[in-house]
Amino acid sequence: MRQQVPLLITFIVGSLLIVSVFIPPFGDLETTFNIWFDIIAVFAFFLGGGNLLRVHINKLRKRKRDWGFSIVTIVGFSVMLIAGLFKIGNPGDIASAVDAPGSLFYDIFNSVQYPLSATMYSLLAFFVASASYRAFRAKNREATLLLIAAFIILLGRTPFGMMLTSWVPDSTSLLQIPNLAQWIMNSPNLAGQRAIMIGIGLGVISMSLRLILGIERSYLGGDK
Amino acid sequence: MKRTTYIVVAGVVLLFGLSWVLHAVSMSGEADGVARAFMITIAAFLTLAIYSFLYKDNPFYKFAEHLYVGVSAAYWMCQAFWSTIVGNLFPRLSEGLSNYFQQPYQASDWNITYWIPVILGIMLLMRLTQKYGWMSRWPLAMIVGTTAGLNFVRYLRSDFIVQVSSTFMPLLGEDPHGWQGFGAFFSNLDLSASGQLAAIVSNWVIFFGVICGIIYFYFSKEHSGAFGRASRLGIWILMITFGASFGYTVMGRISLLVGRITFLFRDWLEIIS
Repeated sequence: MRQQVPLLITFIVGSLLIVSVFIPPFGDLETTFNIWFDIIAVFAFFLGGGNLLRVHINKLRKRKRDWGFSIVTIVGFSVMLIAGLFKIGNPGDIASAVDAPGSLFYDIFNSVQYPLSATMYSLLAFFVASASYRAFRAKNREATLLLIAAFIILLGRTPFGMMLTSWVPDSTSLLQIPNLAQWIMNSPNLAGQRAIMIGIGLGVISMSLRLILGIERSYLGGDK
Repeated sequence: MKRTTYIVVAGVVLLFGLSWVLHAVSMSGEADGVARAFMITIAAFLTLAIYSFLYKDNPFYKFAEHLYVGVSAAYWMCQAFWSTIVGNLFPRLSEGLSNYFQQPYQASDWNITYWIPVILGIMLLMRLTQKYGWMSRWPLAMIVGTTAGLNFVRYLRSDFIVQVSSTFMPLLGEDPHGWQGFGAFFSNLDLSASGQLAAIVSNWVIFFGVICGIIYFYFSKEHSGAFGRASRLGIWILMITFGASFGYTVMGRISLLVGRITFLFRDWLEIIS
């Protein structure tokens, strides 16, 4: 029962959505299921939030390693949640956007979340630089191609690339680094991306079929 | 904690206070100057806390990391609640709730079937309990079924049929560089970026590049002979792709880094204008 019902739900929902493409009266089914999906996803967000709280409260209660930082997570989570759900300091009425300028939610986003998110991602620039130092060695033909392509793209996206080859006449403008970078993005890069996309597409299609037909059951977990 | 840690933390708190006061003084003429000074100072200190990881893992980085996790989780929960539950669900379920949240309500939008995702959503929350955790499998099955059904059609269209049909392009050029004979081809031969040669070479590279790339991913036949050579060409195309993607990603990260450095030097330290 605990295995069969979920498998049946997956089969019915998946098959209905595929069949709806071919039967016009069911055409709206895709929109309806998309909204249903979004609604369940919101509950999934709440599940994630609840789980986050549970994990950190447990860590706090058992005084595990670095338990003090769990307080930071819990406080940050609670303050942002209260600010957002109750629209604290929101200059408009209840119908105004949750992130309206002037609200506490907006201020926390701008002074905490955005700086943290942008800095976290910018940190990768240093690690990428260090990784490229190790990876960018022209050991063989393939590595050399990767090195040259990356180098041209990097140069082509900076004013330095334009400056280096600005003397190249218009009749051979393809050899100007920014144009060459653009050509690499639009031709060989496109070809490679397309080959990968076709592979991914075929993989997703076969995996979808496996899920709908109940061959793939790992998402159900154990037998309990 | 060690004594040194206490001293460092006290130093950082002192610096934070000093920075806040100095900023508040410089912004004293503006409305909410003190509050804005606090926000700029906290953003700057959190930025520095993340960058401190470049030295080594430390309590300031852990503080910023834990704060990020908590704030981000709540941020997405609130956004999802107001946009989907209030904006999309309430107007379809209840006039009273729609009026309370001041959402436009039309009787024709009312749809009892929207209780299904609500019930499934509540069942999903049962995951937090030990006894009824199994109930979360039903909504999970619904999510998996919807994703599988939608992706089957979506990927078949956009990642397979459209990509394959886009690959079959005229190898002798297309408008505005359509093939007009050898004479016209050789008389207009140049290496300009918008010229016909570049356009024709692009089409060849895309057509054969995609085929060779796919051949590389085909593992049911030994990669030898002509097949092996095509597979080799596929590797080269993929290597160029990875190199280009790498360069593109690096530039994206660098621009974020420039943004943060600009914030520190312009908004916080006010060294540059």
